[in-house]
This record gives sequence, structure tokens and C-alpha cells, in this order.
Amino acid sequence: MVAFDEMRPDGSGVRKPYAGYEEWLQKQDPARLTEKMGDAERVFRKTGITFAVYGHEDAAEKLIPFDIVPRILSGQEWRRLTQGIEQRVVALNAFLDDIYHRQEILKAGRIPKHLIAGNEAFLPEMIGVRPPAGVYTHIIGVDIVRTGENEFFVLEDNARTPSGVSYMLENRETMMQLFPELFQHVKVRPVENYPQLLRQSLANVKPEGCKGTPTIAVLTPGIFNSAYFEHAFLADQMGVELVEGTDLRVVDGHIAMRTTQGYKPIDVLYRRVDDAFLDPLTFRPDSALGVPGIMDAYRAGKITIANAPGTGIADDKAIYSYMPEIIEFYTGRKAILGNIPTWRCSEPDSLKYVQEHLAELVVKEVHGSGGYGMLVGPTASKKERETFAAKLAAKPGNYIAQPTLALSTCPILVEGGLAPRHVDLRPYVLVSDKIQIVPGGLTRVALQEGSLVVNSSQGGGTKDTWVLDD
Amino acid sequence: MLGRNANGLYWMNRYIERAENMARLVDAGLRLALTRTASSTDEWTSVVVSAGVEFAFLQKHTEFTANTVADFLLRDTSNASSVMSAIETARNNGRMVRTALTRETWEAINEAWMSMTRLLKSPIDERDLPRILDQIKRETAFIRGSFYGTMLRNEIFDFSQIGTFIERADNTARILDVKYYVLLPSVSWVGSSLDNYQWESILRSVAAHRSYRWVYEAEYKPTNIADFLILNGRMPRSLAFCYRNIAESLGFLATEYGTRFGCHDTVETTLGKLRVGSIKDIFDRGLHEFLVEFIGDNNRLGAQIAEEYRFN
Repeated sequence: MVAFDEMRPDGSGVRKPYAGYEEWLQKQDPARLTEKMGDAERVFRKTGITFAVYGHEDAAEKLIPFDIVPRILSGQEWRRLTQGIEQRVVALNAFLDDIYHRQEILKAGRIPKHLIAGNEAFLPEMIGVRPPAGVYTHIIGVDIVRTGENEFFVLEDNARTPSGVSYMLENRETMMQLFPELFQHVKVRPVENYPQLLRQSLANVKPEGCKGTPTIAVLTPGIFNSAYFEHAFLADQMGVELVEGTDLRVVDGHIAMRTTQGYKPIDVLYRRVDDAFLDPLTFRPDSALGVPGIMDAYRAGKITIANAPGTGIADDKAIYSYMPEIIEFYTGRKAILGNIPTWRCSEPDSLKYVQEHLAELVVKEVHGSGGYGMLVGPTASKKERETFAAKLAAKPGNYIAQPTLALSTCPILVEGGLAPRHVDLRPYVLVSDKIQIVPGGLTRVALQEGSLVVNSSQGGGTKDTWVLDD
Repeated sequence: MLGRNANGLYWMNRYIERAENMARLVDAGLRLALTRTASSTDEWTSVVVSAGVEFAFLQKHTEFTANTVADFLLRDTSNASSVMSAIETARNNGRMVRTALTRETWEAINEAWMSMTRLLKSPIDERDLPRILDQIKRETAFIRGSFYGTMLRNEIFDFSQIGTFIERADNTARILDVKYYVLLPSVSWVGSSLDNYQWESILRSVAAHRSYRWVYEAEYKPTNIADFLILNGRMPRSLAFCYRNIAESLGFLATEYGTRFGCHDTVETTLGKLRVGSIKDIFDRGLHEFLVEFIGDNNRLGAQIAEEYRFN
């Protein structure tokens, strides 16, 4: 499987977006670059940019490895991507509004009813609820992979609580600290206004009853959550309070936070707590992370919750395979960004195909995330495949399968120079009365030679992502 | 500000202060043990008592030696007041209130934690003790420097200051109370070299052995030492200094919030007791009684502030 290298495809010259970088690179002393790599790690450790890996012993705090070679996109490539992403995000919100109201798409027979009704991510509590400004999913991270010069595919729509945006910002910050002269040489579009855009975007979806400047807060599960650093980072950068469930309660029908001067109402809550934990009165009664009564306040229109509860139904892996139909149904146009062909193992023909081609496919759990519980056929051992085949046979509806794509590669710095590694891309989208996408995103890179798994929980790293100002 | 954040700031600063005080106590103990010819057991015992962890210490150790005491006060994580525990707790609180701290302050705390984790990982070789103590003091000084240099003077700063000075006042009062008998004139005190060492040790544990000489001239006198640590408003670890700062921070909060609480009266009452004419009045009433009352008042003030500003 030959992968498309974004810097030097098939050994020929350097692609145009990388020309400026290459010119700079040629003048660098390799020893100095290696040294800079060490500097980068020190910066991250010092700042406390860490994450926790669940199930990892004694690893309360790990660093996501950072590679100092940027991943570069031309302005033109970016424009095309953003058109596709915007279209997708419009469709996702229209789908959510429809699914929680008239369910036209089900009536039209474009999606099987059982996929919605029997889906844990579908929240009956949201039926008939229209969130402030009509926006369901406010912050989206669309995972995109590339396989050729013009071939981009969406791998996943993260419409619940996508994380990683702090790495996008810190990676850029770090690169600018390490190589200030490089940014003189190559004109890169800035990403650092993301927190301001996020704040404005959240303010724009304040509840109707809120007059004046809304009070915004970020809700975190607490310091032991794997993404706590990011929650604190975003709250800090936006200049809003970082709250935990225990800080909040219902006061006069509003959600209010306990401050040193008494309870103060919150208008917009950017929550980084999963649906199931949001309200013990409505969802999991044993949850201590949420706020009892928040769903009542929400349904009464007293608070905006971003993203809205129940958005998970839009990024569910079983729904994913219907995204081309969904986009066409709501926008009346073909999807600009394609899906990866997907076999739904719930369908007998597909299941048969998947079982026969297990060694070629990537099989994923429908409800899984973070690269857990998946099988990468080509790299798995025979024994791993056999174990997985048993699980698949026992519960086929639990799985989907996709071809093993030749993900594009981008060089990373290793001992002895540059070497290609597979990458993906997660741009971040903000939806309020308008759609905004900061030029860039998070590039995740599989650090092992030949590996296709880019998840940080599975040994992936990150890169600064440049969109050129051309 | 969130009540939980006020709580985090208050305890973060108490624990940073505590870590530094622990290092100073061990430093003073070490110094005395080096300069005394007789057994140093008494000195190490009083270090542990001053740290307020005698009971817990005796659960684990039977002997008071440089090794056992340094291990327990510096690196034993089963002791919540050890330097390692204190820095870890301070950092956890710092993480919780991350949004309230400047990047410099947070990084200083985070780096202190990383460096302590490294430094205190394995048992301490007595020969390394001076270097380790020095490093602890450096790290806490660095945190304080970043904090004072970069933090906005607002409510965040005020709650932090209150934490720092409640802890410091408690520490100074405890050190004095453990050693109060060597300051009493009734005990034979003709300036024997033993007394001199004891007095110097008290001063050293609050980093005041040099400054004392500038203020009171070279000679150690118990009344002067007590005056320095209790009433002298220019001495940064004296009770009067701590309380002036607590009162000031509470005053800023009252102005900013437009509300006064019971704690504002409480702090004034204690300040009043520290505005007595001379140290002689305190000796006349009983130094020990004064200190015991002060330690109790100080604890109550901390609890009262937490309750009235909703972070209990």
C-alpha cells in the first residue's frame, strides 16, 4: 500500500505548500533540530499540558508527543475543505432538529427507524425541545483523512464534546517559541483567536430571556478527567469560570454557581461532561458530575447547553454511514467531502463480506471512541483477528467495518532525519448564527513506522497544522 | 469568584507556605544538631512537635534522628504536612484553580512539583540534606516571586494572601510555643551557650537569625526574640505582620464586595491584642497562654472566613 506523502509524493520534488518550509529546513543544522525537539517536550511538561490515559497504571499524567515538522495545507486546499465541512455541519444541525421534531428523514425512509429508536445516543428527553438560536451542535471536530492530492474523506463527525483544540493552540504557541524566524519566512494564517471566537459564538446562542451580556461557564468533570487541562485552558483563555457540578444548583429556575458573593446565574454552559452525567434527575442517578435539575431549566429555556444534550445521535458510527444521504436530504446537494465506504455488520451481506475480509479491514465498535475496541486487520496478529471474529459473530450489530485506507503521510523528525508517518486532521468548527472554522486544526500522527492508528491513547502524537496565507 | 476557587487558592497558598516552613524547621534542627556536642534527640523531637505531627511520627518511628525526622517531614507522603505532600496538595489545588493563576505562577508550581518528585523520590542521604533543603526553599521562593510579580491584585490575590498568612502565623506561633520555656526569664538564662543555640535555632527556623542582629544588635535576648516574632510589624514572619496582611486583604474584599462580615471584626480583635504596648505585657500575662489563645483564634478565623465567603 503506497501512501500519498504530503511533502514529497512518490519521491519527486517537494509539493508547493511545503516549498517555503523546505527552503528553511535545508539551512538548519540537524543537531539543532533534535535539540529543539527536547525543548518542545520541556515546554509541554512545564506548562502541564498533559492528559490521562485510562487504564494505564501510574500514568496519571502523560505528554502527547509533539513533532516539530509542521503539516502544511495551501490556502486553496483549505478553502475546499471548509466548504465541505460547512455543508456537513449545516446538515448535522438540520438532522438533529428533524430527528427531535418531525422526523421527516425517517418518514422518507432514508434512514432505518430502528437506528434511531434503539440508539442510546438518542435522548427522548430532547423530543420537541428547540435549543436557543436553534443550534444543537455548537462545537464540532470533523476528523478528516487524505489519500491523494485531491482525495479527502471524513472519518468521523465529532458532534458531542470534541477535544484537542488546546493542542492546536499550544502546538502553534510552541512552534512560534522554537522557530520564530520560520514564521517570518512562511506566512501562516493565525489560529490564536479561537478562544475569542468560541466566546463570541457561545454568547451568540444565549437564551432568549437573557438581556445584556450573558454569563458563560465551562463545566468540567474535574481535575481527574483526561482532558482537564483543556477545560481549564479554554475557560482561562475565554475569561470565564471553570465550574464543576458541585458548584452549581438551580436557583429560581436558573442554573447558578456558588461564588464568594452568593449564587450567580449562568446563561450559557459549555459543558465537557457527557450526556449521561449531565443531570442525575434525568439521566444516570449515580452521577455526581452533573447538576440536578439542569434539564428542567434547559427545557424551560433558561440556559443554553453547548453542545445540546442528545447530539450524539448525529455522530454515532451507525449513523455515519448514512451521512451522504443526510447531507443530500437537508442541503439538496451531493456531499462535497466524501465518506469512507462503510460496511454495516448489522446487515447480513455486509457481515459476510467483513468476516471474509477481516485481514484487510478496519473494524470499529459502533459506540466506541478513542481507538479502543477496534481491529486493524492488516496489522493485527492471527490470534487477535480470531478473538475479534468471535466478538463480531456474537454481536454483529455492534460493529462497522471500513477499508484500510492508505492515509497520507507527512514527515516527522526521527534519529537520522525525516521519515514519513501517517496523519489525520481535525479542524474545529464553531456554529452560532454563523459558521466559523479557524484555519488549521489538530494533526494527529502515528509515530510508529507503518502504523495507521493516530489516537493519542494509542501512542499517537501531534503536529502544528499550517494553513498558508496564499 | 467561585467559592471552590477561593477554597483552592486559600489551600494552595497554605500548603506552599507549609512546605517552606517544613524545610526551615528541618534546617534549624540540622544546624543545632551540628553545633551541639550533646545528643541531638531533644532538638529533633522539638522540630517534630513544632511541625505539629508528633503523634503521626510516633506511629512510624521510634527514634528522633536526623534521618527519621527529615524523611518524615520532607518526603513521607503518609504525612499530609510533609514537603512532598504539601507540594502535591498545593499543585492539585493549583490545577483546580488553574484559570485563576497566571501562566508563570502555574508553571512555577508545576515545576516545583516536578523537581520535588525527582528530588524526594529516594531516601535522603544526610550529606545531601543541605542541598535538598536549599532546593525546596528555592522552589517556594520562585513560586512566590512569580505570584507577586504577575498576579493582578484582585480577589484572587486576596484569598491567596489570607491563606499564606494564616498558615505563616500558625507556624510562627507554634515554633514559639514549643520553645517558649527557653525564652522565659525564670529559667536560668545567663546567656549560656546552650541558650544561645536554642535562641538562634528559633530565629533560624523563621529565617530571622540575620535580620535580628540588624534590629536588636548582636546580643540574643529572649524578650527581644519574642518581640521580633510577635510584635515587630517589619518582620515578615511575625504574628503582627501576618495579621496586618490578613486584615488588609479582608479589607480589600470588603471594599470590593461592599459587604463586611464577622471575620472583619475577628481580625481586628486579634490585631488589637498584637498592638499592646510592649512584649513585657505579654510576658506578664503568660507567653504560653498568649500563644495557645492565638493559635486557637487563628484557626477559628480561617474557618470563619471560609464560611462567610462560602468556601467551606
